[in-house]
Amino acid sequence: MSLNNNLTKVDRRDAKLAMAHIYVAFIALLLGGLAGLLQVFVRSGQFTLPAGIGYYQVLTVHGVLLGLILTTFFIFGFQIASVSRTSGTFTAGQRRLGWIGFWLMTIGTAAAAIMVLLNEATVLYTFYAPLKAHWIFYLGLTLVVVGSWVGGAGQILRYAQWRKENKGSGERSPLLSFMVVVNNLMWFVATLGVAVSVLFQLLPWSLGFIERVDVALSRTLFWYFGHALVYFWLLPAYMIWYVIIPKVIGGKIFSDSLARLSFMLFLIFSVPVGIHHQLTEPGIDSTWKFIQVVLTFAVIVPSLMTAFSMFAMFELRGRELGGKGLYGWFKKLPWKDARFFVPFIGMVAFIPGGAGGIINASYQMNQLIHNTIWVTGHFHLTIATTVVLTYFSAAFWLIPHLTGRTLTKSLNNLGNFAAILWAIGMTIMSSAMHIAGLIGAPRRSDYSEYGGAQQAYDWIPYQIAQAVGGTILFIAILIILYIVVKLAWFAPKGEEEFPVGEVHANSSETPAILENFKVWLVILVALILFAYTIPIYDIISNSPPGSKGYKLW
Amino acid sequence: MHLHKYEKYWLVFGVATLVVFLIILGIGAFHQGSHPNNGKKTLDYEKVNEFPPFDNPGVHKVEGKDWDYEVVVLASAFNYNPPEIEVPLGAKVKFIATSADVMHGFEIAGTNINMMLEPGYISEYVTEVNKLGEFLIVCNEYCGTGHTMMHSMLKVVDPNESQ
Repeated sequence: MSLNNNLTKVDRRDAKLAMAHIYVAFIALLLGGLAGLLQVFVRSGQFTLPAGIGYYQVLTVHGVLLGLILTTFFIFGFQIASVSRTSGTFTAGQRRLGWIGFWLMTIGTAAAAIMVLLNEATVLYTFYAPLKAHWIFYLGLTLVVVGSWVGGAGQILRYAQWRKENKGSGERSPLLSFMVVVNNLMWFVATLGVAVSVLFQLLPWSLGFIERVDVALSRTLFWYFGHALVYFWLLPAYMIWYVIIPKVIGGKIFSDSLARLSFMLFLIFSVPVGIHHQLTEPGIDSTWKFIQVVLTFAVIVPSLMTAFSMFAMFELRGRELGGKGLYGWFKKLPWKDARFFVPFIGMVAFIPGGAGGIINASYQMNQLIHNTIWVTGHFHLTIATTVVLTYFSAAFWLIPHLTGRTLTKSLNNLGNFAAILWAIGMTIMSSAMHIAGLIGAPRRSDYSEYGGAQQAYDWIPYQIAQAVGGTILFIAILIILYIVVKLAWFAPKGEEEFPVGEVHANSSETPAILENFKVWLVILVALILFAYTIPIYDIISNSPPGSKGYKLW
Repeated sequence: MHLHKYEKYWLVFGVATLVVFLIILGIGAFHQGSHPNNGKKTLDYEKVNEFPPFDNPGVHKVEGKDWDYEVVVLASAFNYNPPEIEVPLGAKVKFIATSADVMHGFEIAGTNINMMLEPGYISEYVTEVNKLGEFLIVCNEYCGTGHTMMHSMLKVVDPNESQ
């Protein structure tokens, strides 16, 4: 039996596990979106939070829920379903790992969220040592990370089982499962940095076992993880672009080997680049900063490959459907299908988003925009448009597939409408952020007139524009949540396809090296050691006395 | 592995553009010395008031160095010392700053002077002030509830007028 059969259903027990993750993700969307709305209101200067709630508390909630919880939980829901769909049903043991991971992550999230709401952990999501949060906050985040390791291991074991069962058959491993494994491996390697920082620095420090913490080291360990985190969000979107969309539009995957190569390049170039977030910090040598800038740029190559691959696939399909001339194929694409239209908006947003990212990482150019609201505008294009719109488009077919319902035409149209609203709201909000950032408005800041400075008054109109854009975005979130609720519980019962693309017949054989994880992991470790050994040795050996903890909120 | 002909063109063009861009950044950095802050001097942040130059924050004219003025800034939650900086137009200025407690930012809005201030490390940046006017200095790294109350002002004045 071909696993690519349209009616191949994800096993009901695996579906339940995937859905559990997806529910948490969308609850996070509601609460985190609400926190975002409050933020843009406050920053407009027209609104004050009710007594007892701090702006930075709301900011922490927004960042943690949308940046970590929505993403990680949705990714795991999608990945579990994808592995089960393409490698086969999980064994009881693998599924149990999935559930243990789910509960560890959920308990950890709840613990961290409670401490934030009690105003015991208003240190924002990058930890900001020497600001010291309650130890339960750090422990909660540790559980989220450990839970993701356990759950991720379950997914990898299922893939390994497929490889073992199909040894010697000469068959390529299922592309979608392969991509899930790459993403999980990257996540394991990256989270080691934050785990070391939390377990050996922040947690014992907040418990009072150690008095001082090396701030420069904690920041470097955080960013070792922090940049790979954005690829952990991005790669599932790429899985959908590479594997799902070809099937949705009736085409074929442009090239299997190209897709695998680009994922391996993401794996090796996503981790050894975190210092580009620390370009304006003291204590790190300029040579090493520059080396990491160069390594950061290497990751643009697989993005260029992906862009080519996508448009090649669109054109092939458009011409198959009778599109003539240079651009005729463009009109033939299924623009009314939310599974295609919604992520397409995301792809378009990635063009200015990616260009902005190049600017952020560009060494001395970073000084103009570092920690200004330009950066916020940038990642609201990349993660908050490209990535989440792609996730939403996947939710439109994944949820009904898993719950045994169907995406009706009206829900499909509503999905397209929400994505258009999203594009409008985000264009207004993100453009205002980019411009305000270029003229100096800082990020992560409450409303302020800065002692009546003219420059600060010049920022205010843009802050009002952010509130307008943010309000439109919140309306779009409500529509998305309405669709999700309908698809989970109320849409008509039936069969919804889990679309998995097949590789184009002209695509050449995939070299075996692309499936050899050992080789790529060795390269990855070598690159990390190269990029980080000397900077970290420098930080440790040139370290000032560590910092005591502060609670300044 | 087979790559489509057009894909090869696209990748060669894309990678070549990146390489050229990186070379320009690298020449700016290593030939013209345009590095972001990478100060490596350390101190005990709890005794920062005893350390020169932070025992005397402010604008100091210096002789015999590659720059004309040293602007010494001590940041702490939630203010900058000094609260106002005045330098003449065209002066070459070295900004020397640190934090007495948590992480702070030192961003002069509308310029590319932008450094992180980390307890225990001295941040430094040398630049020529070549634009007249008042430039708002803001803390751009979250440092607690008073974060947005933390600001000061750089005044670049015409040396002929101020006399």
